[in-house]
Amino acid sequence: MNEQQTLWGFMAQQSDKLLTQTLQHIGLTFISLIIAVLVGLPLGILIARKKNLSGSVLGIAGILQTIPSIALLGFMIPLLGIGVKPAIVALLLYALLPIIRNTYTGITGVDAAVKEAAIAMGMSKWQVLFKVELPLAMPVILAGIRTATVINVGVATLASYIAAGGLGEFIFGGISLNNTNMILAGAIPAALLAILFDFLLSLLQHLNLKKLKRAAIVLPVLLLVMASFYFIPSAYGDKLTAGFTPEFMGRQDGNLGLQSKYGLKIHTIVISDAIMYKAAFEKELDVISGYSTDGRLKAYGLVVLDDDKKIFPPYYAAPIVREDALKKFPDLEKTLNMLSGKINDSLMTDLNYRTDYLHQSPERVAKDFLIAHNLWQPQRGGNGGIVRIGSKIFGEQYILASMYTMLIKGYTNYDVATKTGLGGTKICFDALTNNQIDLYPEYTGTGLLAILHPPQKTIDVLAGDRDKTYIYVKNEFEKQYQIKWLQPIGFNNAYALMMRKKQADELGVKTISDLKEYLERN
Amino acid sequence: MIKVDHLSKSFGKVKAVDHISFEVMEQENLILLGTSGSGKTTTLRMINRLIEPTGGKVFINGENILDQSPEVLRRGIGYVLQNNGLFPHYTVAANIAIVPQLLKWDKKRINHRVSELLEKLRMDKTFLNVYPDELSGGQQQRVGLARALVADPPVLLMDEPFGALDNVTRSKIHAEFKALDELKRKTIIMVTHDVQEAFELGDRICLMDKGKIIQNGTPTELLFNPANSFVKDFLKEQRLLLEFKAIRLNDIWRYLAPQTPKQGSVDLHGDASFWSAIESFKFVNTEHLHIKHHQKDEYRSAGFEELMAAFYQYKKHQPHE
Ligand SMILES: Nc1ncnc2c1ncn2[C@@H]1O[C@H](COP(=O)(O)OP(=O)(O)O)[C@@H](O)[C@H]1O
Ligand SMILES: [Mg+2]
Repeated sequence: MNEQQTLWGFMAQQSDKLLTQTLQHIGLTFISLIIAVLVGLPLGILIARKKNLSGSVLGIAGILQTIPSIALLGFMIPLLGIGVKPAIVALLLYALLPIIRNTYTGITGVDAAVKEAAIAMGMSKWQVLFKVELPLAMPVILAGIRTATVINVGVATLASYIAAGGLGEFIFGGISLNNTNMILAGAIPAALLAILFDFLLSLLQHLNLKKLKRAAIVLPVLLLVMASFYFIPSAYGDKLTAGFTPEFMGRQDGNLGLQSKYGLKIHTIVISDAIMYKAAFEKELDVISGYSTDGRLKAYGLVVLDDDKKIFPPYYAAPIVREDALKKFPDLEKTLNMLSGKINDSLMTDLNYRTDYLHQSPERVAKDFLIAHNLWQPQRGGNGGIVRIGSKIFGEQYILASMYTMLIKGYTNYDVATKTGLGGTKICFDALTNNQIDLYPEYTGTGLLAILHPPQKTIDVLAGDRDKTYIYVKNEFEKQYQIKWLQPIGFNNAYALMMRKKQADELGVKTISDLKEYLERN
Repeated sequence: MIKVDHLSKSFGKVKAVDHISFEVMEQENLILLGTSGSGKTTTLRMINRLIEPTGGKVFINGENILDQSPEVLRRGIGYVLQNNGLFPHYTVAANIAIVPQLLKWDKKRINHRVSELLEKLRMDKTFLNVYPDELSGGQQQRVGLARALVADPPVLLMDEPFGALDNVTRSKIHAEFKALDELKRKTIIMVTHDVQEAFELGDRICLMDKGKIIQNGTPTELLFNPANSFVKDFLKEQRLLLEFKAIRLNDIWRYLAPQTPKQGSVDLHGDASFWSAIESFKFVNTEHLHIKHHQKDEYRSAGFEELMAAFYQYKKHQPHE
C-alpha cells in the first residue's frame, strides 16, 4: 500500500517528465511504424508479385529481427550518431518483418477466383491491387502492423540509451538508481501503451470489411498525429541542450537538485555515460553531467562549472584502512599519507587522461607522477608482511593503487598484494569488512550516500561541506566498521556540470548560477 | 461472331489445348463439354486473354483479340466462374456495378441498370446492400450472372457456372437461364462436364477430350450421328433423357395432330424441347398442349400419349437407331 502511494507520489511529482516521455515514446513508436509501413508494404506487394524474391527478402528481414536491440542501436551510432535518427532506424528495422510478411501472406492468400474475376472484368493491375488485393489482405496486413506496433513500444524503451528519449529514461534511470518507483513509472505506462495500441488495432483489424474503407482513411491520419507527438516536447526550442545520464536525472544530488536549488531550466535529453562526452565534444550537447576528474574532460576540451550552491556532495578521495591492519603494519599510515594533498582535480584529470586516452599503463602513470614529485624510491624488497590493496574497476583507482603499492614497497619493509578490479563500491567495501583486503581508495560522498545511508536531515546539515562530510564519514566508519579514513589525497571526483571550454568562455559562464542566468537572459 | 483458329496451349509438356478450331454464330449458345482435364477452361480463358495461347488465333467480329488491350477486350466480354468470384468486400449492388464503374458510367445509369437486372433475375431490391456471404449459392450465382451481363456485352463466357449448385437449385436456374431475354441476344460459350446440362442449354456442343475437339454439332447430331464410339459412350448414360432434351417439338411436328388456331391459347412453341413439353404437363392444367410452330402459322395439339407416340415415331426414322 505504502509502495503504491509513493509510486503515485513519484508519478505526480514527475508528471511533467512522465508526459514528455510518454509523448516521445508514442512519437518514436509511430514515426518508425509509418516508415516501416511505407517501406514494408511495397516490399510485401513486390514479393507477392515476384515470388522468387520472397525467400531472400523475408530472410533478410528475419535476420534483422534477431539482432539484439542493444546491439542494433550500437551499430547505428557510428552511422547516424546519437538521438532520434538512429533510434527510428533501429525501430523501423524491427517493425519491417511483420509488415512485409503479413502483406505477402495477405495478398497471396486472396481467393484466386476473386482475383480472376477482377482481371476478367477488365481491371488493370493497379486496380486489382487497390480494389481487390489490398482491401482483402487488409485484416492480415493490419495484424502485421499490430505486431510491429507492440514490438516498437517495447524496443522504444531502449531509445533512451542513445538520447532519443521515451519511457526508457525512467526505466533505466530507475535501474541504475535502484529506484523501484522510477522503474515502474516508466514500465507501467510503457506496458499500458502496448496494451492500448494492441487493443485499438485489434478493433480495427476485426472491423467489418464494409467499414474498412473508412478505416483506411482514418488510420494514416491517426498514425501521423501519433508520430507528431515526438516533436511536441521539444517544441520549446532552447539555445542550449543538456545531456544527462539516467542516473543523474533521478538524483537529488543531480538534476533534481539543479532544478530545486538552482532553478535551472534547460532542454535536457537523457543519454548514456559512454557517449555523453563525445556528444558534447561534437556540439550535439552543450552541457553534460560528468565526473570532475574524468580524463575525457581533458580529451574533449571540457570545463567544469563551479557548483556555487554546493548541491553536489564532495567526493574527496582518501584511502580507507582496516584498523587491525594499521596496528599490524605500524609504518603503513604514515606511508599512505605521503600522498595527502598531493593531487588536485586537474592533476587527477591529467593522470586519468593518460591512462584512459593515451593508454599508458596505470603503473607507468603512477611511477612518473611519484618521480616528478620526488616521492619515488626503489623497492626495498623487505619481508615484514604483506599489505593487501584493493581497487574498484576504473582507471583512477588503478593509478592510486599503483602509487600506494610503490610507496609501501619503497618506504617500508612490507610486501604488497593487489586485488584490483573489485567491481563497484559494494564489492570493494565487502572485501574490506570481510578482511579480504586491508585498504582501498574511497570517496567521501560514496561513503556517505552509498554506504552509510544517513537520514536526509544529516545530509542537509553536512550541506556539501568538504570537511564536515569528511569528519562525519570518518567518525561513523570508525564506530560502525572499525575502518579508518586516512587523510584526503586532495582531489574531488564529484558529479559536475561541464561545457566545452570555448563555449563557456564565450558565454561568460563559470558557475552553474552563471549558466542559469544566461539561460534566463536569453 | 467468334472464330477460334488452330488454337493451342501447352503447359510444359502438357498439351492442354491441341490445335482446336470452331466458330460460334451470333446469339448461339455453344457448349464446351468434356471430362475434367480435357482443356475446356484453358480454351475459354484464352478467349478473354486470361491465358495467352502458344499457337493459333481468336477473332471476335473478325478482329484478332491480340489487337486490343486485354483490359478493353475483357470489359466487352462477360465472364462467369464456377465459384462466382464475387468480391466479398463489395455489396451486391457494388459487385454488379464493377464493369460500369470501369467504363465510367454515371451514377444514375448504373443504379438504374443494376436494379433492372436484379428484377429480371427475380431478386428482391433488399439484396442490393447485402454482402455476398449472406446470400445462398443460387443467389450468389445470379449476382455473378448479373455482374457479367450488366454492361450488356455481346459475348458471354461461362465456366461451369452452375457446377457448385445442388440439383434442385440448378434446374431452377436452368429454367430462368432459358427464359432470360437478355441471354437470348448473347453469343455464349459455356463450359460444363455435365452432359444433361449441355443438352438442356446448348444450341451446339463441342465434345472435347485431351485438348482436342472430338465432335462439334447440335445435340441431335451428337445423339443420332455420333462421330465415333467415344461420342456414343460419352452419351450412353441416361440416353433417353438426353433424347428428350435434344429433340425439339418442330422435329416431331409431322407426327402430331393438326389443330385449328381459334381454340384456346398457345402453351408452347415449336422450338421448345420435347422434355419441356412433357414437364409442362405438371404446370399447365390441361390434358392437351397447344403448340405453335416457331416460324410458320401452324398449330398442333397433343396429350401425353400422343406426344410419346410421336417421339418414338421420330426415333424410328433416325439412321443410327
Ligand atoms: N496453369 C496450368 N499449369 C499447368 N498445367 C495446367 C494449367 N492449367 C491447366 N493445366 C493442365 O491443362 C489440362 C487442361 O486443363 P483445363 O483446361 O483446366 O481442363 P478442364 O477445364 O477441361 O477441366 C489439364 O491437364 C491441366 O492439368
Ligand atoms: Mg475447368
